[in-house]
Formats: sequence, structure tokens, C-alpha cells
Amino acid sequence: MLAYYLSFYVNCEDKVILRSVTIHNHMTMKILVCITNVPDTTAKIAFTDNDTKLNKNGIQYIIGPYDDYALARGVEIREQSGGTLTVLHVGGAEADPQIRKALAIGADDAIRVNAEPLDSYFTALQIAHIAKQNNYDLILMGRESIDYNSGVVHGLVGEMLGIPSYSPVMKLDLDGNNATITREIDGGNEILKVSLPLVLGCQEPIAEWKIPNMRGIMTARTKPLNVVESVGSEVLTTPEKYTLPAPKGACKMIPASEAETLIRLLQTEAKVL
Amino acid sequence: MSVLIYIELENGSIKKTSLETIAYGAKVAEKTGGKAIVLAIGSADASELEKAGRYGAAKVLHATDQKLEHENSMAYADILVQAVQQENSKVVILAKSGLGDAMAARAAARLKAAVVSGVTQLPETDGVFTVTRSVFSGKAFAKTQIHSEIKILVVKKNVIEMDENAVATENAEIVPFSPAFREDDFKATVVQVEKANTELSLTEADIIVSGGRGMKGPENWQPLVDLARALGAATGCSKPVSDLDWRPHHEHIGQTGIKVAPNLYIACGISGAIQHLAGVNGSKCIVVINKDPEAPFFKAADYGIVGDIFEILPRLTEAAKKLK
Repeated sequence: MLAYYLSFYVNCEDKVILRSVTIHNHMTMKILVCITNVPDTTAKIAFTDNDTKLNKNGIQYIIGPYDDYALARGVEIREQSGGTLTVLHVGGAEADPQIRKALAIGADDAIRVNAEPLDSYFTALQIAHIAKQNNYDLILMGRESIDYNSGVVHGLVGEMLGIPSYSPVMKLDLDGNNATITREIDGGNEILKVSLPLVLGCQEPIAEWKIPNMRGIMTARTKPLNVVESVGSEVLTTPEKYTLPAPKGACKMIPASEAETLIRLLQTEAKVL
Repeated sequence: MSVLIYIELENGSIKKTSLETIAYGAKVAEKTGGKAIVLAIGSADASELEKAGRYGAAKVLHATDQKLEHENSMAYADILVQAVQQENSKVVILAKSGLGDAMAARAAARLKAAVVSGVTQLPETDGVFTVTRSVFSGKAFAKTQIHSEIKILVVKKNVIEMDENAVATENAEIVPFSPAFREDDFKATVVQVEKANTELSLTEADIIVSGGRGMKGPENWQPLVDLARALGAATGCSKPVSDLDWRPHHEHIGQTGIKVAPNLYIACGISGAIQHLAGVNGSKCIVVINKDPEAPFFKAADYGIVGDIFEILPRLTEAAKKLK
């Protein structure tokens, strides 16, 4: 590679050399961060329309907490390496405040696929479709959404694009085109090296959540938010009905002075020992 | 047609959650009138794999190769797809885990199959195939109809009662499975694998003893570890405890940590923030020990003791030892 650049140096004009060296050292990274728009963690969940729809009354919506980690790491990488960071959401216009928040935190532009995210497959299909048009180096999202908790969209997108996917990723470092990833496995973690492009499902402590500052909020207003229509219409699943868990019985209190009886109750009454 | 069940191996043994998955898959096969076929990837003795028969499997496809030594969801998913095609499987079952979700997802994209993760009951198979799954971090359940020809279900722990020898089958037939490999699935180099030095992982454990900020410092953990040992339990902790580095991150249970579903969860000095409850609400029985009678966790508990943890824990340990 060095010899190549030296021969370039001998044969070409200065201007051209400078440009090629710049590209070599600071690969312009194209990053896509996918965000969900979900009820706040503390939201009280209730249903309406004969238990077929979530009752959205009084629910505050947020960027998925895991997606927030993905966004924060994406912004850090974008700040270090240059390039662009696009934020993508599949869903209706009610998510626009959350998308603007992501722009305020540091995304350059946004795409919203204007369709109800019917299920994991449909959502992944939209993300993969956008990704195919734009050749992102890095596609980041949360390990799972906190409404459906499936944790499968990153894997689906990876396979649809024919590139590797990993989750949950707790650490991500980049050296040019090479990524070093720490991911959680059952009972521990694994460090691996793999080259871009990649799809990653993120979780803490990959980065600290970022709060938008005033300048970010001001500039976010004029950043592009492109609304596009969805692709594919095949319905693989349909939600039928929601139910709430049976109410918990009262907690049986045991006086501290008789703590030992707990063990007996766990054995004979609860039958869990 | 058949039901294909992927099982996870740990040091040559079938993981307990995967035994449950076999039992679940065998019931689905019974309902849909097919055979339950198991896929195992990695080293294991035939005597261990034969166990699958006792939980209802007719056959075990066993793939081993040096290349498959490290957990590789992409290569494993490709093998799963080849097994599904060979066995003409219409339902695919995996246990809920990072690996299970990743394999299910990648296989679903290849097979154009619906994937439903977090399943909590046996499916309804009369009429439209319908599954029930946990949603909103355990705060609700959703019934979902599946329309695709191949259906992939990722099943949570503790979903069905497991009874070894419940099925009067012979030992399962072990058939070596030699899949083709895709070069692209082996691009990554594993640099390091760190496994916690415990016999029991949190997701597998039937009993978990967990500590919060009420433990007052990492140096005070011994009484909790002693109780866990006496009960054959794994140890966990709340988010503040792992944030403060009192305990390692892989012990963190909650919304942004590990979600667990043991038979018994004993929380020591954990107030019960909603983020923590989201990680434990799949537990069968919850015990809360806290000096603060107003701790919100008591509302989610089955048994509670208000008092000094450091006085109570050793007494529980003694009582637990006498059980054995």
C-alpha cells in the first residue's frame, strides 16, 4: 500500500495525492442508526378496542433505551471519523418528535418509513431496503425494542443484506474498516474482530446516553427528515388480542424474628425448593 | 412435515432451557401430527444427546466441525436452514437467548418465515396457528396469528412443566449432520472469550439470590453468596450495584441487563425500581428482604421480610442447609 502511494506521489499532481491520502486515513463512514418509538419504561400498560390496541392515552413516548445507546455510539463515531449519520424510523408521524430529538443529539439527517411497523420481518424489510440504496458501513440499533422485546430485527436485517450481525454489543471500536466488538454471551462476553459492513444490536455500556443541547435542538429543526413509503405487503403475522398478567396476590409478610420459616414456606407452600 | 428444535450445548451437555425446548417442541409435534427432530451443533457425547428422546424427540441431527467451536449465529442459522429444508420442517423452536434470537432471525430471513420471540404458551393449532408471547417487558401478553408456511418460535424459560420420561420413547436416534458452509459466515476472528467462573448462569438458574444497594458495599456480599450456595442458586444484582462496579456487569438483572425467569428470586436490599422489575417479572416466586417496609418491591413479591439483611441472611443460610 505504501509503495502504491509513493508511486502515486511520483506520478501525480499534489492535489490528487492529498485527496487520496485523506480518504485513506479518514474513511468517510456512513452510519445508519435505527430507532424505535416506544412507551416510556414506567408507562402503565392498558388496552382498548376490545383489547386489540394499546391505550395510548397518557403514555409518553421515547426513543427506545437500547436505541439511545446505539445513537450515542453512532454520534461519537461520526464525530471522530467524519462521514454521515442517518437516523431511520419505521412508523407514523407521531414519532417525529423523537426523530427530531435524535437529530438534535447529532444525526445529520433522518428517514421515516411511513408505515405501521407490523412485525419484526416487515420492519427489517424496510430497513434492509433503505440500506441497500445507501450502502451504509455501519448499521446500529438497540438490542431489542422495549414494546415487543423480540431482539430479532438486527439479525433479520443482517441476513437480508448478506452481512454479519452481532448482539448484544457492549463495546465497539473502529480502526478504519476493522471493528473490534465486545458482545455478551451466556455467562460472559466475547471479543471479536470483523470488518465492516456490520449490523449491531447495542446495549450499555457501549456509550453514555446523550442529551441534546440548545444548539443541537435549534439545528435539528432544519435538518432533513425524509418521509418515504414502505415496500412489501405480505403479512406474515397479525396481532389478535392483548391480555394483562393475572393480578399478583398479596405479599405474605414474615416477621424478621421468624425469618427461618421462610425456607419452610418456600418448600411446603410455594414448592420452589 | 416435522417440528425442528435447536438445542444449545454447554461443555458437552444439553442446557436445561434447551431440554424444556425439546419438551415444548415435542408437544407441538404431537398437536400438529409430526415428528420432533432436534438439531445440536458442537461437541457432545451420544449418551448425552440420546437424552433428547426422553423429552420427546424422535431424532437428533448432530453437526460437529472444528469451524463451529465458537458460538457463531450466522453459521449456526445457515445449518438450521439446511436442517429445516432436509426435514421439511414447518415449525422451528429455539430457546430464548442471544443466540436463539440471532439464529431465529437469520433463519427467518432465509426461509421467509415469521419469527415470534418471547413465546409463553403452547400454540393454538386448530385453525390459524396462534401463539402467545410476552410483550411490554413482561407487563402484558399478546396473542399473534402466524400466516407464513414456516413458523419460527423463540420460547421463554419456564413455559411448560418439564417431566423427564413423560414420553415413552426410546433413546433418540443420533444422526450425524454434515452441512455445507458459507465462507462469509466465518469472517470474524474471536480474540478472547471470558466466561464467569460460576457453575450456574443466570438465565439457566432455577433459583437466584440477588443484591441491591442495600448490601452497602462489595465487601458485604459473602452472606448473600453463602445463601446462594446453600440453595444451589446463582447470584445477581441490581443496576446501581453493577454501575458502581460492586459486582460484574453480567450479573446485572433488569430492563437493560439480563431478564431472568427462575422458580425462585430472592431480592436482598433491592428497592424494586420498575426497570428492575422488568427483568424479574417472569419469576414464579419472589421473596423480598428489605429494611424499608415502603420498598415498592414488596408489591410485586410473594413473600417479604422487613429487617436487617445482614442479620437475616445467615439465618436463612443455616435453615437452607438443614433442608438437605
